[in-house]
Amino acid sequence: MNIHEYQAKQVFQKYGVPTPKGIMAESVEAAVEAAKELGGPIWVVKAQIHAGGRGLGGGVKLAKSLEEVRELSDEILGMTLVTHQTAAEGKLVQKLYIEDGADIKDEFYLSVVLDRKLEMPLIMASTEGGMNIEDVAEKTPEKIITIPVDPAIGFQSFHGRELAFGLGIVDKAEQKKIISFAQKLFKLYMENDAEMIEINPLVRTGSGEFLALDGKMGFDNSALGRQPEILAMRDLTEEDADEVEAAKYGLSYVALDGEIGCMVNGAGLAMGTMDTINYMGGTPANFLDVGGSANAETVAKGFEIILKNPNVKAIFVNIFGGIVRCDRIANGIIDATKMTDVNVPVIVRLDGTNAPEAAEILKNANIANLIVGDDLGDGAAKAVAAAKGN
Amino acid sequence: MSILVNKDTKVIVQGFTGKEGTFHAEQCLAYGTQIVGGVTPNKGGQEHLGKPVFNTVAQAVKNTGATVSMIFVPPAFVGDAVMEAAEAGIDLAVIITEGAPVKDMQAAKAHATKHGMKTLGPNCPGVITAEECKIGIMPGMVFKKGNVGLISKSGTLTYEGANQVCNEGFGITTAIGIGGDPIIGLSYNQILPMFEADPDTHAIVMIGEIGGDLEIQAAKLIKEQITKPVVAFIAGQTAPKGKTMGHAGAIVSGSAGTAKEKMDALRDAGVTVVISPADIGKAIAKVLAK
Repeated sequence: MNIHEYQAKQVFQKYGVPTPKGIMAESVEAAVEAAKELGGPIWVVKAQIHAGGRGLGGGVKLAKSLEEVRELSDEILGMTLVTHQTAAEGKLVQKLYIEDGADIKDEFYLSVVLDRKLEMPLIMASTEGGMNIEDVAEKTPEKIITIPVDPAIGFQSFHGRELAFGLGIVDKAEQKKIISFAQKLFKLYMENDAEMIEINPLVRTGSGEFLALDGKMGFDNSALGRQPEILAMRDLTEEDADEVEAAKYGLSYVALDGEIGCMVNGAGLAMGTMDTINYMGGTPANFLDVGGSANAETVAKGFEIILKNPNVKAIFVNIFGGIVRCDRIANGIIDATKMTDVNVPVIVRLDGTNAPEAAEILKNANIANLIVGDDLGDGAAKAVAAAKGN
Repeated sequence: MSILVNKDTKVIVQGFTGKEGTFHAEQCLAYGTQIVGGVTPNKGGQEHLGKPVFNTVAQAVKNTGATVSMIFVPPAFVGDAVMEAAEAGIDLAVIITEGAPVKDMQAAKAHATKHGMKTLGPNCPGVITAEECKIGIMPGMVFKKGNVGLISKSGTLTYEGANQVCNEGFGITTAIGIGGDPIIGLSYNQILPMFEADPDTHAIVMIGEIGGDLEIQAAKLIKEQITKPVVAFIAGQTAPKGKTMGHAGAIVSGSAGTAKEKMDALRDAGVTVVISPADIGKAIAKVLAK
């Protein structure tokens, strides 16, 4: 789960990580009020969406008067922002963050992520702040410093010294400040079950202060149950409505732009099914994992979600029953055809636990449009043919 | 022969009396697995499925001589359960539970390593030595005895791959699901050398997916150490960038961890890489016919 910049900064402030002052606003009037309260003389008007690259997309602008705050807020609020991290159709801006302008001397990059190879959190930093860090990693990898921190010992002073010297910070007072900054950031990473924190840019001001000018945070979904304050920050309008709806039923759904709807158990087999369809000349319309506890109701829901997509010309149900029993899936398919108007061919391949019983159930149900696939390859081939109208 | 587990392996179940633990322990017993007891705090002294229940893993180990623990406790308690097993002297913890917090797994795995305990999973189907011992949730009837070792990040692709191998007239020595979470226990690079050393395993099926670089590391190891033929499939060639596909690990961002990158590295290591998972069985038949 991701949160907005203004929310990330609330978390930062709670832990004493310095940020400029700012106020979230959901209307132009509120934005102007916020600017008055902050006092100026310079403000930054920032679009709040769950994606990076907002500045380049025109979603972050500098205002030098209250009138400019009003104009820019009016311009940005309600705009559809397209960045390199959004989908092509972009994201609607529904919230603004009005922030004090900072006196920027230089810009750094700082993040905390999990290093899967080392199996511990990693602090990444660079003097190339404000740039796209993927580009920095590709073109000038020597400008990125990495410091693994073993949670068993926590963030120690030597980690801090590696960071300060790595960034070329020589002033002793400034060293102390950046070390304390990183120490607090690491603490909040651990205590909030964060998956990643990224500050780009982290700025040094003319007076030698370090400020988080931006803040991105993502959290481990498996830990949200014990992080009620973080969970309360979830903004469902930032997430795909169909994916959210699917998740309520234990389904994992991602829309794609092809023609063959897929319903599969297990993430790996679901991806493998998409790959097989593609290999045979078809295009998958979605990724859908019905999970380990699939039953008639979840299967019916899956059909409903798949059929909402007008591009779907055929549906391929590919189940290899382990914990999932094929007879339950078969009953789910029958229920779905009763509850929803399934007006495209449905290719069904059921293998594994209780597959013979399932075959019998489907045969007796006599459903029009239902085609049986003998195995993965056969089912995918039939789905591709059906989608092409053969 | 086989790897990791066999008909003599003594297994306890943590989360023994829960719904999932009970159902799958029953299935494992029916398969022939030597489940010698289980652990559920405050139910020590009772009997469940005809086996003794203990309050702690230490008591269970002391009384049964178990070396493997199959873990079914709820996600929030997985870290604790793994650390308890490690301190009780268990050799291998097979963690089936899905949805354990990453931070807990990080700490638990570090602790397990310190105590010399191997882990498998979390969020995995477990390990099965065909017709001898099943520790996990896979459908046992799919796995017929034979000479192919199988290792996979995905549960259902494990079944799919094994089924194809058996339909081609071959069979399985041991099949292992390693899971697709950000922090996992045994992975390709620990398991591939075990298959290499097992005289009964003549070929290996390796199933990976997008995200991370475990398959790239495996390709390096295969090139240097593995002489047996390997057939590989990487799921997620058609997955869109930046989207998580079910498994936390299955996310592609930028160029790192794409299916193409992994497939190229494996091909370069001499592995037979199939583009469609429907061709795993045929590819095994081909490499074993040589």
